[in-house]
Amino acid sequence: MSIADGETLLYDCREAFAESLTELARDDPRVVVVCNDSISSSNLVDFAAEFPERLVNVGIAEQDMVGVAAGLAGAGLIPFVCGAAPFMTARALEQIKVDIAYSDVHVVLCGMSPGLAYGALGPTHHSIEDLSWLRAIANLTIIVPSDPAFTSQAVRWASSAARPVFLRVARFGVPLIDRQGRDFVAGRADQLRDGGDVALIAIGIMVPQALEAARLLAEQHIEARVLDMSTLAPLDREAVLSAAVDTGRIVTVEEATVRGGLGAAVAEVVVQHHPVAMRLLGVPGVFAPTGGTAFLLEHFGLTAEGIAAAARELLSSADENETASDGGPNAVRLGVIAATTADDSPIVTPKGRF
Amino acid sequence: MRNTVRRYRTAYICGPLTYMRTLTYHSPQVDHWRELCTLIASAPEHERRRLMTRWADNARQQVVEMVTAAGVGHIGSDLSVMDILASLYLSVLRIDPSNPQWDERDRFILSKGHSAGALYVALAFCGFFPIAALDNFVAPLSALSGHPDRRAVPGVETSTGPLGHGLPVAVGAAIAARLQQSQRRVYVVLGDGELQEGSNWEAAMLAGHNELGNLVAIVDRNRLQQGQLTESTNRLEPLVDKFASFAWRVNVVDGHDPLAVASAALDVSLGHPTCLIANTVKGKGVSFMENRIEWHNRVPLRAELEAALAELAP
Repeated sequence: MSIADGETLLYDCREAFAESLTELARDDPRVVVVCNDSISSSNLVDFAAEFPERLVNVGIAEQDMVGVAAGLAGAGLIPFVCGAAPFMTARALEQIKVDIAYSDVHVVLCGMSPGLAYGALGPTHHSIEDLSWLRAIANLTIIVPSDPAFTSQAVRWASSAARPVFLRVARFGVPLIDRQGRDFVAGRADQLRDGGDVALIAIGIMVPQALEAARLLAEQHIEARVLDMSTLAPLDREAVLSAAVDTGRIVTVEEATVRGGLGAAVAEVVVQHHPVAMRLLGVPGVFAPTGGTAFLLEHFGLTAEGIAAAARELLSSADENETASDGGPNAVRLGVIAATTADDSPIVTPKGRF
Repeated sequence: MRNTVRRYRTAYICGPLTYMRTLTYHSPQVDHWRELCTLIASAPEHERRRLMTRWADNARQQVVEMVTAAGVGHIGSDLSVMDILASLYLSVLRIDPSNPQWDERDRFILSKGHSAGALYVALAFCGFFPIAALDNFVAPLSALSGHPDRRAVPGVETSTGPLGHGLPVAVGAAIAARLQQSQRRVYVVLGDGELQEGSNWEAAMLAGHNELGNLVAIVDRNRLQQGQLTESTNRLEPLVDKFASFAWRVNVVDGHDPLAVASAALDVSLGHPTCLIANTVKGKGVSFMENRIEWHNRVPLRAELEAALAELAP
């Protein structure tokens, strides 16, 4: 099922995910699915019909779900664990850390309906922290596909990865991105557009919005580079550093909290190796108010317009700084402030009071 | 056996083995273990019991020495579980220590990962790695961490340490064996205190529902958890009824009679997972450690070590 948004067809990536998984299961008898009563929400109805014995439904029990997957992997099977991202990652975080990542087994954890996908169901059902806490775990590859094509290719890649993988499967509608024939490559950012004024580094459902933002910026003669950072961990440091060097300004965009996810990952590289001005777009460390997904994305500025505005703001403030370091009028003003603070400020130097 | 242990300890000079799993290693200890298993299989009952108990007491001596030397460990739990490990490694598990990744091996999971010391000694006695490597227990960069690391130690099926992780993994392993139409079985040793973790009951429910006849859980029922009695912390009883109500077959055995544990562990039934409540004594074999809370993780002084070794001597 796809929905039309104006002229663009939008896709629910869970469909591409489920189709690819079923195809994969036909090719590879080692592929099994583990789920937590999530047959319909993970689009597993067809898989269940075709491979009933290869679907392990543990019921509503996330810790058990992840542990069971580790046991299946220890027997040489390839478990795809399918459950709603918020519950799988929060409830079973220790199992993900110990049974999967530390034990180093080939399990593909598929976090369905992540980010703000559950919209009006509220913050209990939002999965905006998953990227942050999973990124903190060693030996876990984190893939966040941005469209149905990348979702399918990521599923296939994950089945042969022979290592622990988390796959974040989007529910919110996204268009098929025109990549001119380029395929998903794990660990590699996909550059969708080049530009020298600012880099927009986006992930998941934010990628099409970043592309549209670049189009809006181009109308104002601002050329933006757009990177689809489909692998969050390990991060494509080379692509990040090139973006920093070539554009000098980076905006990151994620359907997740800004505390610890994509923006933090990019900043960790940038501040250590080539500091440039950055803006981190995402959910700003709050529980979302009530509202549907589209409303919430707009509320947090996670739209093409919001991204373009952040980029413009970054460009204008960066211009000011540049002027300052060149010794322009701002530098003089800053110099005055510094002098005042050092010598005359009553706060810093309470001369004569004692 | 004790002499054999000593000889190996001096014969091997091992540096820290970060990733022993990557080593190809065939120990004369494997042959020794095989001979012992064969002997036990054909011996009369009292002799089988004597051989297994002696192995367990040797292992206890080794673990007490190891923990004392390292200055870290969970000695009470190590001593409590040792007869269960003896029964499993000497007459229950179908394994090949010289080929730890053999597809058709029975899976053994130590859910109470803090008994890593006991597990390491058992694995070394079977020849999974040199007994001399035990000298590196918790040493910097050692494969033998305070809790078992699957990536580093041959014979460890899943990394454990946080409680309530082993049973779900064992259930997955049992489901896999059934899917693959394999005859292999899955054994998991649970601490009694860790049954307070809810994840065990998620897994117990699933095992009963799926009628996993190839799964055997053995509860090391020593009645003490870190701080006090299980029954005064968060009551486990009636434990038999709890497992039975989750559609498990339940047997209560003397956890310090390796023969009783072995025969109960081999007595599985199609249609139901099996739970053995193995009654044990925390600190078993050393009078001043038995049933004493402080020996959950206390380290013996030199004089205490000598006294313990003397008590554990065959």
